[in-house]
Amino acid sequence: MYSEKVMEHFTNPRNVGEIADADAIGQVGNPKCGDIMKMYFKIENDVIVDVKFKTFGCGSAIASSSMATELIKGKTIDEALALSNRAVADALDGLPPVKMHCSVLAEEAIKSAMFDFAQRHQREFEGLKGYQPPTGDEDHHDHGEEE
Amino acid sequence: MNVYLDYSATTPVKPEVLEAMMPFLTQQYGNPSSLHRFGRESRKAVDVARDQIAKTLNASPDEIFFTGGGSEADNWAIKGTAYALQSKGRHIITTAIEHHAVLHACEYLEKEGFQVTYLPVDESGLISLEDLKNAIKSDTILISVMYANNEIGTIQPIEEIGRIAREHRVLFHTDAVQTYGHLVMDTKQLPVDMISISAHKLYGPKGVGALYLRKGVRIHNLIHGGGQEKKKRAGTENIAGIVGFGKAAELAYTDVEAHDQRLTALRDNLKNRLMETIPYTRLNGHPERRLCNNVNLSFEFIEGESMLLSLDMVGIGASSGSACTSGSLDPSHVLLAIGLSHEIAHGSLRLTLGDMTTQEEIDYVVEQLPPIVQRLRDMSPLYEQVKEGNR
Repeated sequence: MYSEKVMEHFTNPRNVGEIADADAIGQVGNPKCGDIMKMYFKIENDVIVDVKFKTFGCGSAIASSSMATELIKGKTIDEALALSNRAVADALDGLPPVKMHCSVLAEEAIKSAMFDFAQRHQREFEGLKGYQPPTGDEDHHDHGEEE
Repeated sequence: MNVYLDYSATTPVKPEVLEAMMPFLTQQYGNPSSLHRFGRESRKAVDVARDQIAKTLNASPDEIFFTGGGSEADNWAIKGTAYALQSKGRHIITTAIEHHAVLHACEYLEKEGFQVTYLPVDESGLISLEDLKNAIKSDTILISVMYANNEIGTIQPIEEIGRIAREHRVLFHTDAVQTYGHLVMDTKQLPVDMISISAHKLYGPKGVGALYLRKGVRIHNLIHGGGQEKKKRAGTENIAGIVGFGKAAELAYTDVEAHDQRLTALRDNLKNRLMETIPYTRLNGHPERRLCNNVNLSFEFIEGESMLLSLDMVGIGASSGSACTSGSLDPSHVLLAIGLSHEIAHGSLRLTLGDMTTQEEIDYVVEQLPPIVQRLRDMSPLYEQVKEGNR
């Protein structure tokens, strides 16, 4: 059901861990849905010099976290904010339809962290216009019902 | 090493069973409804299988009706009773932890104007007999309680439930798909009116099951057509499947006590060693009243599907009650019904043992699983609080 790329990132996820003195932290999802993503960022001159993640979730949630962090490492904040969930899924050679919400979570974890950074430094970014921080009980699932 | 520990999902067909089936796929192809010798051979084979199954239940052969599987038997018992007795009443009692074949049949009947009470279960998965008594009303026509649960293995007090049903003159159906082949079910002792069973859970073929229907119990048909199964279940018989079912049932009940003892020992060995090795683990289901082949554990801070993927990579086949493995939004209704929080339910793992399971396989799982759980925990943000010493 998963692409080789997903399995590869699930087996050998990149950027797992925490950053003790992170410049920004983003966390999305909730245990009720079965997935939580937490991302830690080190940012210098608006460039993401390091990023780590911790994820509670299924194989595609872990692979999406790994791929998303790979895609934004070394990029500017504006570039990271432009990353879409579709781009994460495409980079993984696709996700099953019921697992697309995992890539949405990855995109939102990045946005949530960048919002945290903007708040800490009283900054504004084009990609955060109209951004509402998650309240914790959103439902990103589109699993489709049985029958 | 390949280790299959998902025997509650399905089992392989035993060689003796396949051998019994083979002639009916090739040389002996007659339709049992035909008058000629070809048909008569097949008729005889179906009769033998019916006898074999009747014996295991201490029932009469004319109380056994073959179906296309356990789900059909469940649907037939529930809808057939509902439609037969709807002038008497339209209330059905079942439990919150039934298989979907029962639950969804009941939900369908609710849309048709029936009322259904779903009895809750305690943290071990048992219903309360008091709850059952209180739920019975003057218009209750059916009680349907599964013998043992497919996910957590909890065995219900079927005899006591049956006695209550008798006292109130309510028909009693039990879904024994997971129990058949593990426990002795004597229909002369058990006050049960209908029992659903299935072949592929006890080393028979898929696509064949049966409904035990106590003599004198009249329910409506589900499958209309020809006069097969004493005009109760239409359709040309699945001869090879039925023959395989009969043989598998006979084998399963040749020495069911030895089977139970062997699997119970392996099960407890697996369960105890995993619980000793892996911290923050809980056993789901009843500690004693459980199927001899069922281990269901929740590992905190991790999600089941990622565990199944990791186990699959080292050759171990298991299952989980996590939402991500079922394709639905919520984790297993059974795990939620026993009071697990969503996150604990998401981290469940079901390992079900069978006749081919060896001590060597158990040792392999005990060796492979702890590092998998640890790797996923090290990746989990929920585990951070533990490492920080807050738990």
